[in-house]
Amino acid sequence: MTATDAHHAIDAVWRIESPRLIAGLTRIVRDVGLAEDLAQDALVAALEQWPESGVPDNPGAWLMATAKHRAIDRLRRNERLERKQEELGRDLVLQQEMSVGNLDAATPDDVGDDLLRLMFIACHPILAPEARVGLTLRLLASLTTEEIARAFLVPVSTIAQRIVRAKRTLTEARVPFEVPVGAELDARLASVLQVIYLVFNEGYSATAGDDLIRAGLCEDALRLGRILVGLAPQESEVHGLVALMEIQASRSRARVGPSGEIVLLLDQDRARWDPLLIARGLAALDRAEKLGGALGPYALQAAIAACHARARTPAETDWARIAALYDALAQLTPSPVVELNRAVAVGMAFGPAAGLELVDALTAEPSLRSYHFLPSARGDLLAKLGRLEEARAEFERAASLTQNARERDLLLGRAAACSRS
Amino acid sequence: MRFLLYETGHAQPSAPPSQQMMEEVGKFTEETKRAGILLATGGLAPLGTRVRSSGGKLAVTDGPFTETKELTGGFALIEVKSREEAIEWAKRFRKIVGDGESVVQEVFGG
Repeated sequence: MTATDAHHAIDAVWRIESPRLIAGLTRIVRDVGLAEDLAQDALVAALEQWPESGVPDNPGAWLMATAKHRAIDRLRRNERLERKQEELGRDLVLQQEMSVGNLDAATPDDVGDDLLRLMFIACHPILAPEARVGLTLRLLASLTTEEIARAFLVPVSTIAQRIVRAKRTLTEARVPFEVPVGAELDARLASVLQVIYLVFNEGYSATAGDDLIRAGLCEDALRLGRILVGLAPQESEVHGLVALMEIQASRSRARVGPSGEIVLLLDQDRARWDPLLIARGLAALDRAEKLGGALGPYALQAAIAACHARARTPAETDWARIAALYDALAQLTPSPVVELNRAVAVGMAFGPAAGLELVDALTAEPSLRSYHFLPSARGDLLAKLGRLEEARAEFERAASLTQNARERDLLLGRAAACSRS
Repeated sequence: MRFLLYETGHAQPSAPPSQQMMEEVGKFTEETKRAGILLATGGLAPLGTRVRSSGGKLAVTDGPFTETKELTGGFALIEVKSREEAIEWAKRFRKIVGDGESVVQEVFGG
């Protein structure tokens, strides 16, 4: 094996092993920052030794044993300087851990519990959302600081600082390494789901011409979501989020045209949707619903996505059901954008006049004032009602509001069509 | 990145896998699910049927096909970060099932 081959192999092992390694170490040393340092030490040792010795039979156990030895070294070194009560305790736990043996002693459930606790820590509300995202990608998706920086189009130093600060914040606040219970669980789980969905959307907003690493964020988010399903299978919203991401990801190839432009849902070539991801998404939605979570915010959004996924042609879309689902979503998480989507669905299901009535109620909404989708949706409904002059004005206004050149062309084209008719 | 992992071998009837190996394989499948990488998996019946076209003519032949290696055992479609990671998973699988050959091929489009 050449040194390069060995490094590639180590990199692959690291991708697989590092989340559970860091999770297991955090349980022992009770500090995410220190745990990550120890894991890195073990990685360095692997990079030094494995090219010579070959990759060990159980690389995960090797890394864990090495990291634990480093932990003891560090504690002993600190011991000479200053022996804190807390570290005495840690040392004791470590000694027990070492005597129990290697990672093999831990059952998959133990490892899972540690991973789940690590997810909750990385997404702790004490951290700013972008810090949660950075830490989650770093600790749980094994992305390097450079990869995260490239994916989010920011300098490496920004991400590095963000992660260092986040770890320091967690240490200083002595955030416990635990799975929250009761009412706190819902809020904390919502934060984990939000972080995963943020990662997904960041990747989803990348178009074909963008860096592949950026688009890879969708896969990272899906992997995190699928892992979370295994860790918290009883939580319906986890299945709801995974369903939503699987179905959205099923359209990723169809939503970008040959010159990199975004193709709108109803214009997409449905033959290019990925049937495997649709099937996985529908199955996940089914699990969310069976767990009694049909009305969770992610499950509702997934159910809307599923209506489109089930329709073989745009004409087959069950708009009445979509309108009802948006209605439920609006009650759960009221927002003008949800209302606007509901209005569009109502217009498709029950005729443009019904839709226009709802859209008109939103025209005074301050948060939608510069949102191009409002005049564009209104223009569409007006055009269907034959009020072409008003429609033209709306399409032109929408064109002046959008940032996307391709979309502007599209809207101006529709405006011109109104004048011709 | 998506990869298809499958086993190749001659479709000769061999001793059925032991109960212990089946359990180990089951555990491994569970691990790939927990790792969030497994998209689809399945076992394959030992004998396949070959549909061949030549000069516009179709020929349908039942196996076994002794002259070539064919897909046997099972397959797994996985989504991972790199080819190396796919290979690492294939190595872990081979450690469980013992002698034989697995092929790791990237899947485009999908």
